Formats: sequence, C-alpha cells, structure tokens
Amino acid sequence: MLDIKNLKVSLEEEDKEILKGVDLSVEAGKVHAIMGPNGSGKSTLSYVLAGRDGYDVTEGSATLDGQDILSMEPEERAAAGLFMAFQYPVEIPGVGNMTFMRTALNAQRKARGEEEMNASDFLKLVREKAKDLQIDPEMLKRPINTGFSGGEKKRNEVLQMSVLQPRMCILDETDSGLDVDAMKLVAKGVNALREQNRGFLVITHYQRLLNHIEPDVVHIMAEGRIVKTGGPELALQVEEEGYEHIKAEMA
Amino acid sequence: MMAQPQTKQDRTEARLASAGGRPSGAGWAETARDGALARVRAMGLPEKRDEYWKFTRPDTLVQPEVPEAALLETDESPVFGEVDRLKIVFVDGVFDADASDDLEMSGLRIERLADATQADIHWARDLYGTLEERGQTPVARPLAALNTALARDGVVIHVTGAVPKPVNLIYRHESETSDAMLHHVVKLDAGASLTLLENGPAAARLNGVMEVDVADGANFQHVRTQGRDHERRAVTHSFARLGTESVFKSFTLTVNGRLTRNEAVIELTGDDAAAHVAGAAMGDGDFHHDDTVFVTHDAERCESRQVFKKVLRGGAHGVFQGKILVKEGAQKTDGYQISQSLLLDDHSQFFAKPELEIYADDVACSHGSTSGAIDEEALFYLRARGVPKDIATDLMTLAFLAEAVEEIEDETLRDEITTRLQGWLERRRG
Repeated sequence: MLDIKNLKVSLEEEDKEILKGVDLSVEAGKVHAIMGPNGSGKSTLSYVLAGRDGYDVTEGSATLDGQDILSMEPEERAAAGLFMAFQYPVEIPGVGNMTFMRTALNAQRKARGEEEMNASDFLKLVREKAKDLQIDPEMLKRPINTGFSGGEKKRNEVLQMSVLQPRMCILDETDSGLDVDAMKLVAKGVNALREQNRGFLVITHYQRLLNHIEPDVVHIMAEGRIVKTGGPELALQVEEEGYEHIKAEMA
Repeated sequence: MMAQPQTKQDRTEARLASAGGRPSGAGWAETARDGALARVRAMGLPEKRDEYWKFTRPDTLVQPEVPEAALLETDESPVFGEVDRLKIVFVDGVFDADASDDLEMSGLRIERLADATQADIHWARDLYGTLEERGQTPVARPLAALNTALARDGVVIHVTGAVPKPVNLIYRHESETSDAMLHHVVKLDAGASLTLLENGPAAARLNGVMEVDVADGANFQHVRTQGRDHERRAVTHSFARLGTESVFKSFTLTVNGRLTRNEAVIELTGDDAAAHVAGAAMGDGDFHHDDTVFVTHDAERCESRQVFKKVLRGGAHGVFQGKILVKEGAQKTDGYQISQSLLLDDHSQFFAKPELEIYADDVACSHGSTSGAIDEEALFYLRARGVPKDIATDLMTLAFLAEAVEEIEDETLRDEITTRLQGWLERRRG
C-alpha cells in the first residue's frame, strides 16, 4: 500500500543528506514499526511523507496505492488517505477543534468526490469516538490543542485519526511525553483502528509503545537507511542490547 | 493664536471656503460652531509633517476636492439586515426620511441635527461640540473641530431608559464625489442603555463625529461597519465621557476603503467605569487603515481595553496609535492595550505607536504590539489533515481576528460580524 523506494532526502537550507536511500513497503492490514536512535532520520521520513516544507527529495519515490504522493500538496495526501500523527501537535488558538475536524473531513470528502457530512451526523460521530478515547466533550469545544496536556494532545491526534479514517497512518513518536496510562489509552485507540484495509507505520525510539501496539514487522533505521528488518522480536532485541550493538552487527 | 506656517493656513482657509461656510440657521449650535471654527483656524488642518499624522497622509481628507470613489455593486444582504432595529438612513451624508423608520421609540428621543438646531434642546446645546473640544487637549484633532463647525446633518439622541431595540444609522453612498459631514450627539441618562449600530460607507469622503455622554450606571454598546467600497475615504472621531459605573463598548469592522482613520477619545471621569474599544480591519492593495485611540483615566478602579487587529495583504498599510493616560489619583486603574497585524505578504506594512503615561502609583496597565505572518507550523498541521491551504489560511485569519470580535457583547451582532469577515475572505479566495 505504502511503497517507498530508494528515497533520498536533503535539507533544503543546508545541503545535508538525511535520508540516504530508504526502501520500505507497508502492506494493508499490517503494522510496521520503525525504531532508531535520535538523528537516524525517522522523523524526517514522516515529515517528508506528510509533505512538510524544507526538504528536497533528490532521488527515489513514495507511492500510496500506486499514487505518487511526493508530488502532492499536504492536503492532497490527506485526501488520498495518508495521516500523520504529530510528535508535537500544534496549538492553534482561535480555531475550534470541532470546526477544524469538520472542515478537514469535508474537505477530504469533497476532494474525493464524496458527499459532505452534515453537522448532526458529524457531531454524533465525533462524540462517539471521543467517548472511546475518554475525551471530555469540553475539550472538543476548545481551540485546537490549546492548553491541552501532553496526553490530551496525543489523544486528540488519535481522535482525528478515528474521525478521518485514513488508509495509511503514520505515528511519529506518539509515545513521547506520555505516562503509562496515557500511552495505554492512545494505544487502545490505535488498535481499535487496525483493520484489513489500513496500514500503520509506527515510529518510535523506545520499545515500550510496541508492547501496546504490537507490530507485524520491525525496521531498524540508522544514519538515513533501514539497516535491519525483522519481526516483533527485533524490538525486544533493541530494548536489551541497544542500537549500538545492532549497528555494529550490521557493519 | 500661534502663527501657522502660511501653507497650512492657506489649506485650512481653502477647505473652509469650499464647504460653503457655517450652516445657516444654526440655532443653539451657533456658539459651538463659532467656537469650533476658531479652533480650526487656530490649529490649522493636519498636514503630513504633523507628528500625529506621521503614518497617515491627511491630504485627501483636507483638500477641497473630493477624490472620486466608485460605487460598490453588490447583491449581498445588508449588514444587520436580520436584526430588529430602528433604521435611520443617510444618503451621501443627508438624512433620508422616506427610507428611515419613524424616529420614535420608547426610552429615547431622536431628532435630526438639521431640525434639532431650530428647537431649543438645552441638553444638546450643552453637549454639541463639548466633548470634541475637551478632546483637543493634549492632542489637537482639527478635523473633528472642522466637523463641529460645518456638519449639516446627523442625529441627536437622548436616551432616558431602556431601549427595546438597537438604533441603526445606515450610510448609503450613491454619488462618486459626495463629501459628507455627519455629527451625532448621544446622551445617556443615569442607568439608561442603548445599542447603536452604524453601517455603510456614507460617501466618497466622510468626516464623522460622534459625541457620547454616558451618565452614571448607563450602558452604551456600539458596533459599526464601514462599508466595502474600495475607494472611499473616511476620518471619524468618537468622543466619549463616562460617569460612575458606566460602560462604553465600541467595535468597528473595516474592510476595504482607500483611507480610513478612526479616532476614539475616551475619558473615564467616574469611578468603576469600563471602556472597551476594539477593531478588526482587513484590506489589500492600496488599503490604508489607521486606528488612533486616546483613553484618559481620571477616576478610580476603572477598566479600559483597546483591542485592534488588522489583516494586511498586497501592500496594504496599517497604523495604530494608542495611548492610555492615567491621571494622578486614578488608582486601581486596569488598562489593557493590544494591537496586532497579520501580514499576508512581504509588501504590507504595519506601524504601531503604543503609549502609556501614568501618574498614579497603584495601577495595572499592559500593552503589546506585534506584527507577523501566518504561523507556518500551524498551517502545515491544518493542511496535513486535509484542509486546503487557502481555507486553512482563512481559518487562521479568523482566529487572529477573534480577540477583537469577541469584544462585541451581543452574540447575534458578533455572529453577524464573523459572517461578514468570512464573506470577505471567501470573495478573496475566488
């Protein structure tokens, strides 16, 4: 479903190569995890896929269901079914959470030639999803992420994912800044979305999140490349031996 | 009288001559008009080297000839059209009785200025030009004095109690070269309340003055929109004096217009009074918008807020000159002032001159001024969820303006203003 081939990416401002030929395919219905030390290029990969400015793709490709996503605007990628949960969800004072989600959902639907969802159906949908994530209805009325705790922000990301129902979900360090209870709640929300037609790419530094969102495939990323791929046991190996050991093993 | 540089005096005389002199039959306003005329001559009309006009060129507001302003063609529903209100219509600055409602409503008396001057209305005689004159120190406002001297039309409103619905002054612009001067006087008796709405461009060039005397415990709410005609020019002055525990709240929406200067001169003279002035302005290209505000605290425990937001695009210019003066003895003053601009491109400019002058030792005053572009991080976040760039930009623009719009107390009026802002953004999106 998501196919990344020999992807090479440099920073636009300083001619520095961050991704040095990434190859990765996520199949529908599967959860892939990318683990790696800081600076390995994990977050850059997620940003490049989501379409953030500031990166130059110098070689390679990334397609979602065969569509070249790298040539699309960020909103077109979203409409095509790509969703990235941010490591640091942005606070946007003045823009209501509900207004935002409804605008996003209907813009995506419109882009796909689907009918827009009316206000009452939308409200019903959001309330139901929010309840599962133990999100206070008051939080929905507030401006996007404004004054939210770390846990609330991440739950809000998962809420948006549940409402938008993307084909391909990328979770960028979703566990960062979360305590165990918050992490469990977020993982539960993500697990509820696992299904045959949906793929996941879970990016994380630590193995602990993967206890709650169990991956089918684990990749180790280092210095801008995938250096090792294996099953869930690979995550446990990282936890026990650390990245240095694996890197040394590959060298 | 100080001798003025020749050119300034010439310009002032040329403007006075072009206006055809003081209105005849000025009645009780005669003394006030003569006084104002003398003030205009003493001060001279503003010119670009005047410090108070440093950021806004006054030439086109002062010159005898009115720069042409094309009429806006629109099939849009009129602002406040859905609000139950008493309508008073002016066309190019002249009262239109046929288009207006009967000027009768419980809780107040309304007279047309042109008629009221024939009758002896002692309270209006005491007020007409009075607050304008008080507002001339410490900063001269010659265009307001010019208005007091020469304005031929306007309304005189005496509010004696609670008023069942808002009064709406509607300003139509039907001539491309109209030059309007309107002078309104509003007096609220103790405990009385009024919501005053104003909308429309008024004329190719407008000089508007409103004097509002808010007695103890009275409540004045003011919401105004200045029309969407691209080439119209306007200078307006709102003078207000607040008694004990009274409230004055004024919000202005400005979209388009070649040149707008809105001055608010507010004096808190009774304890525990509150004055809020706010504005949202949006324009592009040759749009020039200036908010000049002077709030004087001369009593204890008063609160004042100045909240001004501007969205500028395509080389538009925004100006804010705002001052809070806290006089000796005005203890426990709570003063707040913020002026911000959102610059949607590199060509637009914002000039801000926030000032605090405090002579009391137990006060809390804060002010801030910023100017910046759309937050790229936030824009990306919205787009990454599927919101197209233009809509995301609009959402953030509305969010930016929200703090000013929220100063409008009435929810219906607030929603009306938000709808207008959305309309402006949508039209620009094409």
